[in-house]
Amino acid sequence: MTTDREIAIGARATAAELESRRRSRVLMKGNEAIGEAAIQAGCDAYFGYPITPQAELLEWMARRMPELGRVFVQAESELGAINMALGAAATGARVMVSSSSPGISLMAEAMSYMAGSGTPMVLVNIMRAGPGLGSIGPSQSDYFQATKGHGHGDYRVPVLAPASIGEATELVATAFDLAEKYRTPVMLVADGILGQAMEPVELRFRTPERHTFDWALTGAAGRPARVVKSIDLVPEVLEQRNLALQHKYREIARREVRWEGWQLEDAEFAIVAYGTAARVARSAIAQAREKGIRVGLFRPITLWPFPERELARLSGRLHGILTVELSSGQMVEDVRLAVEGRCPVAFHGRMGGLVPTPNEVLGALKALRARVERTRSAGHHAHVPAPTHPHGHDAGERFETDFPAHSNARRGGRR
Amino acid sequence: MTLHPPTPPRARSDDATPRLIYRKPDVLTDRSTHYCPGCGHGVVHRLIAEVLTELDLPAHTIAVAPVGCAVFAYDYLNVDFVEAPHGRAPAVATGIRRVRPEAFVLTYQGDGDLAAIGTAEIVHAAARGERITAIFVNNGIYGMTGGQMAPTTLLGQRTTSSPNGRDAALMGYPIRITEMLAQLEGVTYAARGSIGDVSLIGKLKAMIKRACQVQIEGGGFAIVEALSNCPVGWGMTPQQSLDHLRGPVVDAYPLGVIVDRGSGTGALPAAGLGCPAPANPEA
Repeated sequence: MTTDREIAIGARATAAELESRRRSRVLMKGNEAIGEAAIQAGCDAYFGYPITPQAELLEWMARRMPELGRVFVQAESELGAINMALGAAATGARVMVSSSSPGISLMAEAMSYMAGSGTPMVLVNIMRAGPGLGSIGPSQSDYFQATKGHGHGDYRVPVLAPASIGEATELVATAFDLAEKYRTPVMLVADGILGQAMEPVELRFRTPERHTFDWALTGAAGRPARVVKSIDLVPEVLEQRNLALQHKYREIARREVRWEGWQLEDAEFAIVAYGTAARVARSAIAQAREKGIRVGLFRPITLWPFPERELARLSGRLHGILTVELSSGQMVEDVRLAVEGRCPVAFHGRMGGLVPTPNEVLGALKALRARVERTRSAGHHAHVPAPTHPHGHDAGERFETDFPAHSNARRGGRR
Repeated sequence: MTLHPPTPPRARSDDATPRLIYRKPDVLTDRSTHYCPGCGHGVVHRLIAEVLTELDLPAHTIAVAPVGCAVFAYDYLNVDFVEAPHGRAPAVATGIRRVRPEAFVLTYQGDGDLAAIGTAEIVHAAARGERITAIFVNNGIYGMTGGQMAPTTLLGQRTTSSPNGRDAALMGYPIRITEMLAQLEGVTYAARGSIGDVSLIGKLKAMIKRACQVQIEGGGFAIVEALSNCPVGWGMTPQQSLDHLRGPVVDAYPLGVIVDRGSGTGALPAAGLGCPAPANPEA
């Protein structure tokens, strides 16, 4: 019997068949599309551990990798998985690991080691709601974790955030590219919706070019022995190692910023959102435009490096910015740092596995516009002065929409 | 008192030229170690170097260094090394094994690393029958951090975190983890030796050699526990520490081969076998 699943994603498809579909549109589940994209990108080894909502990615690799004579190991824990990745990647193999939020927390230790030792690897986080065990619902509440360091020590990793399954397949190859080019772990973050949903996607599979690594461990035959390590007990030497890392991060920040703008040409307002939140924002923007609100979308694709210069430039000609996230407001901090008070920055988010509706976002946008207009009619300059003002932060806060508990109460009142 | 000139060595009847009795293996570097005087790590390093050399393995070896006193093992053994986070060496070795089936994969861990923080990793690497050789140095203490109680610390033993001696009621019992691992079908070889004296060192070397041969012959997981001393952490002179090692320590941790299932049996053939090397092996 052929199931829908098989028809949809070609569960019995051979590698050759999938190859022939490289540019075709098929219906795929996000988790499985990410797995297949990694395979098509030349992933040599995958290590994982079951956790919702990324389990289908593990299952996809469990079937496909051995088919192709490649490595799949279900580890004893996320600690096991990420350290297997460390070992395999240290030999120059192209390696991917995936998990969801609680499992990603367990991987922080090894991520720090890999950043410190310059070991390339792609880590996929299909984010779920927290904190703690939280729930299996979609979330973007791991933004801080992904972009601000994750583990201990002075390091960053490039963080890619697709907003569709098709884009996810493309960014998987980009992630391997960046990892090997800069000798760094790279994270790809998607919320549970992108992992679980199925959508027709053009499979933009790509196989990054292979490079010869002069650091990889292959056995010291005919050459001096190599060591892949992060330790250096001599402070001056360790500082040099850190300075080299920071130099690398500046290079990444200079060259690898990715973002997308939509309907920004005439915009007075912008919504800044990534992933699923950006798709909700698009619907809200379409509704807002019908009502005459000139609003566009600014969608970061690299969460680190954050497109701060691009957003700063844009913010100078905006009346206000609304940041929408599936969190309590994490990326909004980077938005404010980039905007530096050039315009008010409001926030709307949902937590606990909930997703803002386009209507909610539209409401938050109208509230922002109303406050901007009130401020203007009261004789204040719409552009909040630079945050050197002692109350600068408070002034920004006034433009925030309330958290859901309050807005629900208000909505109830209106009904 | 009359001084006598030293007696000249008796010339051999057949050949008067000096003969090479022992030579430091090339795989041991010329660095002096950071280990404390009397520490057993240096002996275990030397045994590994001898065995690797005898089996012609150094050029094919990828080794995993632990966190603990042996964190700088790569400074003394001249083979490719990767540093593992604390306790994770068996997982790191698994990753290497799976993508580099042609490599000889060696882990080196202490008792805090292997028998406390890394218990999950060692148990599951063993259960999977990973074709790796694990060297486990058990000196019953956390040496590098200043002599705290380890999972293998003897009952009654004073350490900086068991200042009145290890009390079973509060701190539990020493773990004989090599015996535990030997129960697993994925384990081809498990043995415990000691650096306690010259004869024991010879036996320990034979165990390490067998554990390496198991891997070469396609067997499963192989582990050798080396009982070692920590004169500084134990608060003893090196001589006292060796007496202690041959006495109470061996009473708690009996020496010998715990299991030898024979190469190629009792191991999962999937452990790295049949998987191709990555598509970018170095030219």
